Amino acid sequence: MNVDNTKMMDIKNIVLRFGGVVAIQNISFDIFKGEIRAIIGPNGAGKSSMLNVINGFYHPQEGEVWFRGKKRGSMKPYQIAHQGIARTFQNIALFKGMSALDNIMTGRFTHMKKSIFSQIIWAGGASKEEYENREVVEKVIDFLEIQHIRKTPVGALPYGLQKRVELGRALAAQPELLLLDEPMAGMNVEEKEDMSRYILDVNNEFGTTVALIEHDMGVVMDISDRVVVMDYGKKIGDGTPDEVRNNQAVIDAYLGVSEH
Amino acid sequence: MTENLHTLPAILERNSIQFAEKPAFREKEFGIWQSWSWKDVYEYVNNLSLGLISLGIKEGDHICIIGRNRPHLYWSIIAAQNVGAIPTPLYQDAVAQEMIFPISHCSAKMAIVENQEQVDKLIEIKKDIPLLKNIIYLDPRGLRNYKKNNLSSLNDISSPDKLKNITKFQTELKKRQAKQNLDTKSILLYTSGTTGRSKGVVLSNKNVIESGKAGIVFDKIDSNFSLICYLPMAWVGDFAFSMGLGLQSGMCICCPESAETLHDDMREIGPSYFFGPPRFFESLLTSVNLKIDDAGLFKKTLFNYFMAIAKENGEKILENKSVGLINRIKYFLGEIFIYGPLKNRMGLSKTKVGYTAGEAIGPEIFQFFRSLGINLKQLYGQTEACVFVTCQPDKQVHPETVGVPVNGVELKISNSGEVLYRSPGSFVEYFKDPSNTKKTKDKEGWVATGDAGFIDEETGHLKIIDRAKDVGKLKQGSLFAPKYVENKLKFYPNILEAVLFGSGKEYCVAMINIDLTAVGNWAEKNNISYASYQELAGHPEVYKMVGEHIREVNLSLSKDKNLSNCQIRRFLVLHKELDPDDGEITRTRKVRRNLVNDKYSDLIKALYDGSKEIYTETEVTYEDGRKGKISASIKIQELEETFKRVEAA
Repeated sequence: MNVDNTKMMDIKNIVLRFGGVVAIQNISFDIFKGEIRAIIGPNGAGKSSMLNVINGFYHPQEGEVWFRGKKRGSMKPYQIAHQGIARTFQNIALFKGMSALDNIMTGRFTHMKKSIFSQIIWAGGASKEEYENREVVEKVIDFLEIQHIRKTPVGALPYGLQKRVELGRALAAQPELLLLDEPMAGMNVEEKEDMSRYILDVNNEFGTTVALIEHDMGVVMDISDRVVVMDYGKKIGDGTPDEVRNNQAVIDAYLGVSEH
Repeated sequence: MTENLHTLPAILERNSIQFAEKPAFREKEFGIWQSWSWKDVYEYVNNLSLGLISLGIKEGDHICIIGRNRPHLYWSIIAAQNVGAIPTPLYQDAVAQEMIFPISHCSAKMAIVENQEQVDKLIEIKKDIPLLKNIIYLDPRGLRNYKKNNLSSLNDISSPDKLKNITKFQTELKKRQAKQNLDTKSILLYTSGTTGRSKGVVLSNKNVIESGKAGIVFDKIDSNFSLICYLPMAWVGDFAFSMGLGLQSGMCICCPESAETLHDDMREIGPSYFFGPPRFFESLLTSVNLKIDDAGLFKKTLFNYFMAIAKENGEKILENKSVGLINRIKYFLGEIFIYGPLKNRMGLSKTKVGYTAGEAIGPEIFQFFRSLGINLKQLYGQTEACVFVTCQPDKQVHPETVGVPVNGVELKISNSGEVLYRSPGSFVEYFKDPSNTKKTKDKEGWVATGDAGFIDEETGHLKIIDRAKDVGKLKQGSLFAPKYVENKLKFYPNILEAVLFGSGKEYCVAMINIDLTAVGNWAEKNNISYASYQELAGHPEVYKMVGEHIREVNLSLSKDKNLSNCQIRRFLVLHKELDPDDGEITRTRKVRRNLVNDKYSDLIKALYDGSKEIYTETEVTYEDGRKGKISASIKIQELEETFKRVEAA
């Protein structure tokens, strides 16, 4: 991993409320270019909300998000996608009736410039654009080793593979920052190992910065460069996996209770 | 033909002139069939050869090739031969520890591997293979941050512009090529090792070229054929077909995108020459039957109707025998509605020659494919013979024989009933193992196959019974041929593997492995729920079904005058699949009897001592080499009856 210490994203004093519930209380942290940054915490700690803030889906009541050195105003998620941020979801959000290939093709949407009309009649450079995008998608398929399910409807695939297709869709967007919401949830050991390998390879081969939320402590500690720990909407730890592992507040809140 | 050419690289050079722009290799990559002409391949091999010399490869050095079937790895084999080194392909799915033996045994200096997975394995066992100097990888993915001192990319070493002193290497290459002749070692192949340690079989250029030629002449293969390579590169068959046959005939050699996409890729290529082990055809037939089971009534009726016609007339039509006009018309309609689409689906519509070998194939499976008009035949071969010993000629095909000797092969049966052959393809020696070489190949060049067999009087074809050393006697003195019975059991789609015991005992018992696909599907249809392989294997209904299969096998055995005492009295269904990672079966899926005997000695004891259930713990090896234990209580079932021997009338 080629982490240089330039900040890709800087999150400053975020406060997010839903009515009377404070989901995120004054949290600040940063994401360096090229690193794998994990956000962990017990259930209901506010991790997914945090990801939704980064992703622009939620607009925090207070605080600022700086991306590539610029303060980000209020934006729609698709505008943020155009900026080079792609994500996956905790509870897979694929088009179940479409093939894996078509699903991953939708990840190229932000890169397609031709109008819907030229795409329908396959003219005015639409075919050329399709070929170029298909090439990117095929490289992703090769990378994730899902050639055998290229034409299979996603709904018919086992969970682990669906997760991989979802990662494929995010990768097809060729993002600078990749957000992964519990990429290993519900997977068995072997699938987790595979997924870890892919995440490391994405980071390694494409230099993509990765921010991920994960429950599985083992995985997080193994693959992340730095970890933010949240509990009840507050940040209780931040640092390298080793630092976090030895942080008493973290042990109390998270590791201490998960002894079994 | 290639009369005066003595090496595969020389044949490649001939192809680059004779077939020039014709596609030589195809591989599906990024969803598209990429192809390389003979000229491209020749150029690549030449460049790679220079690269190998520049890395200090000497004549006689061994180069291991590890990976799945990829064009670049085949080219590496030819390039290695080109510089006078001996290519040694290894099984790519072997765990790291298994690779120590072959790599250190042949003192390999270099390994050309497919990807990070293989590089990791070699790094893991670095201490045990100190002679291995260079690792060359094809796919750079994930290897960016590895220390580079002895690691280089195949791409780099095959680019001539990165070489200094290129003319010096070129002269060196010419000099080495000039020295090579028919007796030069062509390849070192490690056998899968059914009986303990695997042996390194050395084949010379003569072996490879002559046996390939015999295969080409036998089936009249030409440069318009195509072949799909999907079986392990370390297996002699893949080498003999893709390289021996492929290069000499100039046919197009196609590599699938991945192991999982084989069936789709095969459909797109439509290979005209096809080889598959019986398992391949079995699983193909199983999947056809499963699909038909799920189809609607109309399709099902149509299928059944035309399959009955095919069964009656298909083979006769294939063999040009007389068939009535009405039946010919019916068969023609069947071809339009059922056989044609079915063959297309299976990727076998263009198959002119199809072979199966390695094990006995179930007569029903064999006839199914032949009745569709696919020219599927059997051959009998060995690593030591560079495959070809006997083949079935067109129109002389019998499910229970393996055919007649191919050109140049002589055959005889020893006094003890073992099959011996002498052929231009028979191997040079076992590497560094003169005593075994002597035991297997006598002074006159006769090679002992280790198989018991005889020449069938009626057809003149060779018939194989069993491995000679496995054939034993029961306590009362009657013949015990385990493989023969096991094959009968394995012809049932539900039974994946079976191991028979009984040598020196009063009666026979069996351990059964169920086939998860077939039995799983059956369970789904019958509303039987299960959470794991183990649970399904132990299900009473499964026992009932397996018991029924065994009863049928017993019935058929009772009609055999030699083997009627091989009927199975008690059996159990094993809680795990026999697995090559645990060493229970070889990578080519043959049971290692000694090991199974030792490992499951408690189960075998229980099979004989009358107990109804046994608790056992078994060690298993995971794909990444870690070990674990699984435990289970296994039921033992006794068959209510065995059949009286039926006296020949």
